[in-house]
Amino acid sequence: MSTTATHAHDDDHNHAPKGISRWLNSTNHKDIGTMYLVFSVVAALVGGGLSLLIRIELGEPGIQVFDVIGEMMGSEAKQFYNVTVTAHALLMVFFVVMPALIGGFGNWFVPMMIGAPDMAFPRMNNISFWLMPPALILLILSGVMGQGAGTGWTLYPPLSGLAGQPDMSVDFAILSLHLAGASSILGATNFITTILNMRAPGMTMHKAPLFVWATLITAVLLLLAMPVLAGALTMLLTDRNFGTAFFDPRGGGDPLLWQHLFWFFGHPEVYIMILPAFGIVSHIVSTFSRKPVFGYLGMAYAMASIGIVGFVVWAHHMYTVGMGVNYRAYFVAVTMAIAVPTGIKIFSWIATMWGGSISFKTPMMWAIGFIFLFTVGGVTGVVLANAGMDIAMHDTYYVVAHFHYVLSLGAIFAIFAGFYYWFDKMTGKVYPEWAGQLHFWTTFIGVNVLFFPQHFLGLAGMPRRYIDYPDIFAEWNMVSTWGAYLTMTSTVFFLIVTLIVMIAGRKSVANPWGDGATTLEWTVASPAPFHTFEDTPDFTGGNPAAHPAE
Amino acid sequence: MTRISAFFTGWVLTLVSASSAWAQEMPTPSFPVPWQLNLQTPASPVAERLVEFHNFLLVICTVISVIVLALLIWCAIRYNAKANPVPSKNTHNTLLEIVWTAIPVIVLVIIAVPSYRLLYYMDRVEDPGLTIKVIGNQWYWTYEFPDDDISFDSLPLPDDEIDIAAGQHRLLEVDTPLILPTDTDIRILFTATDVLHAWTIPAFGVKLDNVPGRTNETWTRITIPGKYYGQCSELCGIDHSYMPIVVHAVSPEEFEAWRADQLAANDNTPDDANRLAALIQE
Repeated sequence: MSTTATHAHDDDHNHAPKGISRWLNSTNHKDIGTMYLVFSVVAALVGGGLSLLIRIELGEPGIQVFDVIGEMMGSEAKQFYNVTVTAHALLMVFFVVMPALIGGFGNWFVPMMIGAPDMAFPRMNNISFWLMPPALILLILSGVMGQGAGTGWTLYPPLSGLAGQPDMSVDFAILSLHLAGASSILGATNFITTILNMRAPGMTMHKAPLFVWATLITAVLLLLAMPVLAGALTMLLTDRNFGTAFFDPRGGGDPLLWQHLFWFFGHPEVYIMILPAFGIVSHIVSTFSRKPVFGYLGMAYAMASIGIVGFVVWAHHMYTVGMGVNYRAYFVAVTMAIAVPTGIKIFSWIATMWGGSISFKTPMMWAIGFIFLFTVGGVTGVVLANAGMDIAMHDTYYVVAHFHYVLSLGAIFAIFAGFYYWFDKMTGKVYPEWAGQLHFWTTFIGVNVLFFPQHFLGLAGMPRRYIDYPDIFAEWNMVSTWGAYLTMTSTVFFLIVTLIVMIAGRKSVANPWGDGATTLEWTVASPAPFHTFEDTPDFTGGNPAAHPAE
Repeated sequence: MTRISAFFTGWVLTLVSASSAWAQEMPTPSFPVPWQLNLQTPASPVAERLVEFHNFLLVICTVISVIVLALLIWCAIRYNAKANPVPSKNTHNTLLEIVWTAIPVIVLVIIAVPSYRLLYYMDRVEDPGLTIKVIGNQWYWTYEFPDDDISFDSLPLPDDEIDIAAGQHRLLEVDTPLILPTDTDIRILFTATDVLHAWTIPAFGVKLDNVPGRTNETWTRITIPGKYYGQCSELCGIDHSYMPIVVHAVSPEEFEAWRADQLAANDNTPDDANRLAALIQE
């Protein structure tokens, strides 16, 4: 059977496999990218649905939603709330943001931007993707088997150990993350090899588009961080099932060992989620300002330094665990240092717009929204970087507000920006501008109403991961939940419009954005053909995608 | 038999009278208000410094955010396609790049100086006047005064026992609050018996994890008498939302009186235990 397929492929280079084998056996980076994006949307529906449940529950004091759901799920309301919080975070991190930014946009556009015919290891690319659905199934099982994994996404032992969660739910979560981690490691190897070896002739690293740089640095972070998580997860698995005591003080272990290992992975993970977003925003700002990116090399090396420093700041998540004061002092210094390259990026984006001829199309609106909201999330990050100040905020809603500003209003905004930017290229259809603008503005208002009041709640002392809170916190929680309703309405609107456009949208052109779009993907038809390039693009005489100056 | 029950009744009565004496209505100087925007009213030197430092940081955060927003709005007005049809090709400006690297560094140094001063100030105290130990359990707190051999559990009050008219708050009240003296350097030790917990009183600027197998340490000095609330701040399982912390801060004299009561109760306990053992042998 496989020989026939191979022959068919050899005989006709433009033959695109049809039906289920096109997707199941896919080795085409665009098809795999599409599957990653669809997968991410499916996971986002589940993860977003869970967050909506959380917000409805917290809309007023008392327990009003989870008692009903808990009964339906055969679980205790309060436990099922913890399960929901855990599953929401794991879904959003591992099954929404990473598959969308790296697996989705990375697969689609990294080979195209560097003029490569495909990824370096197309079959490995296939297995990278197909590890994800089983990982998602295991994660869902972790929520519904037994009492459900209600440990928080950080899986801190002893709560995640036998003492806290004796049934099999946490084991499912561990295995899910193992699979997702293996998928990420394979994908990262693929991206590194592709970017280092398969760039078009004449495209030196210093000419590579910033999204390529961002994906390369992200892949290196993944390759270094994921094995640490895998090791820690395995230790937790043997603690739970084979009588070891890595994290159990009764056997000479230490719960803090887990936290160090987890955050040694977990902090680079934060940059894994935001660096591709930086890359996307750079392209969009440049395209719609009709100017090259300001300070290209500074932008590339700012990302590289964020990646490197991202590995030595992990314990700023652990200021209250009882570390010695000198250690905390060190982590304050390196954490605050990250603000410098981040500031360089923010100012360079603004400088790219400065003097430009800006058209405020939907992708540009999301990119500008990203720049401002990421700045807000960044400055609260500087507040939290101070180990002394963090004592007041640690494990309160202030932290929740902070990381939703950089992830939900940062990474997710960049995903939407990239989606609208590349929609024509991926589907060959035109997205109606009014619908994109309406989606942007309703989401922008919705998420700010949703997350900004959480700063106030945190400062006033409301702890996170609480199913019920003292009545004094009712007002801002109510406002926050209104924001969630608006955001949800906006998202439903987006999904409906997207479906309609994909079925019945107008046909788009190769380059809908004009002379500001100077990367290779805009030189090929929309949707991008199954085999991207007829001839290998050549950069030796300059950028073939650049438009002659007016 | 009667003697046994008399013994138990007496013991329980002592406990009840000890706690009810402190259950009278106390002021809550740091309780949040509706629509609260900022930190709770500080009630310790550390919390005062935290509020001061946060207000300083808030100014810096606001200024940075407003500058970025203003620049974006200016770009939108001055450099939109209508106002500026021909884009410039400017992509480098070494001086500008040095400036926007150097200024953030200077701002961070300005933040770091008070930050480090605060960090080392709040870490621990040299010569405490009192040491307490806070033990986290699923899902209640145990308090010990190690130097006096005083120890008791502090259990949450369920919703149906809360008297809101008497100024009690849902999810925040306990049966036996922790009694602490004002104007005393108090060393606080933290540990846990099962999973991670975190004991905190926002108004004191105290928050530290209770880690099984470890003892953590910090300190406080309460400046205002009154009733203070906190809630467990590290996910600890099903009832994480239901293990409140209550501290009654009283004058050192009142505290001494309370301690004397407790010690007297303690002194009786061994005798009682001996008598109980004797009774059982009979």
